[in-house]
Amino acid sequence: MSVNYGSKRTVVGAHYGLRDWLSQRVTASLMALFTVAVLGQLIFSKGPVGYDAWAGIFSSQWMKVLTFTVFIALAWHVWVGVRDIFMDYIKPVGLRLGLQIFTIVWLLGCTGWGIQVLWRL
Amino acid sequence: MTELAKKRPEFRNINAFKDLTTYRLPLAGWVSILHRASGVIMFLLLPFIIWMFDTSVSSEISFSKFTSVFSAGAGFVPGWFFKLIVLALTWAFLHHFVSGIRHLWMDVSHAAVSKEFGKSSAIVTLTSSIALTLVLGAKLFGLY
Repeated sequence: MSVNYGSKRTVVGAHYGLRDWLSQRVTASLMALFTVAVLGQLIFSKGPVGYDAWAGIFSSQWMKVLTFTVFIALAWHVWVGVRDIFMDYIKPVGLRLGLQIFTIVWLLGCTGWGIQVLWRL
Repeated sequence: MTELAKKRPEFRNINAFKDLTTYRLPLAGWVSILHRASGVIMFLLLPFIIWMFDTSVSSEISFSKFTSVFSAGAGFVPGWFFKLIVLALTWAFLHHFVSGIRHLWMDVSHAAVSKEFGKSSAIVTLTSSIALTLVLGAKLFGLY
């Protein structure tokens, strides 16, 4: 078997952590574009934002699909970020596992709620 | 073992209250730790954020309930307290947003990865996110 540790460790093409790193960047870019698109509609509207203007932003089908994608991107992004924080500060394995399970439940629950709100519109 | 290696100080059991408060972070370090802190704040308040999305967007009736929480409060919690939470969330989002773009910029450009750029971009990040928060906060508290 080939040795894959110490000085013989594969450092090129092994993709250690690359997927997490890249997905965090891609989801961040998506959410940033979404933020600009939504804020843009609010900033260029005149007067106080009423219910019709606010709900109108999310009522079209393409905006629902886009918002749905952003919800998924958000959950994914938060998972990578919070997992990074746990890996840095939480050393006991049992506690870390417990917190990771809590995070998954928390994110799945919130995402489900958000999607339900979106498709009730 | 050489004399130099023996003298190297060891840091174990860093106390969060006694030791961390003595650390003097550079501005880029403040941006970094605040990026984390703002992310955690938004993560923990995610149900509140979705509650706001739910009530503000579902119907005219729920929209008026949404606005009344911020003017009249809910239960024993006064309206200004909800506004303060939203102000904190606004700052958290804007800081995370601006320092996130700073992150992406540094990922893309080698020229941006230097001590000088680290400091100057940290100043821009901190000031612009606080300035934007003040503008949106003024809107939130009805100053204009």
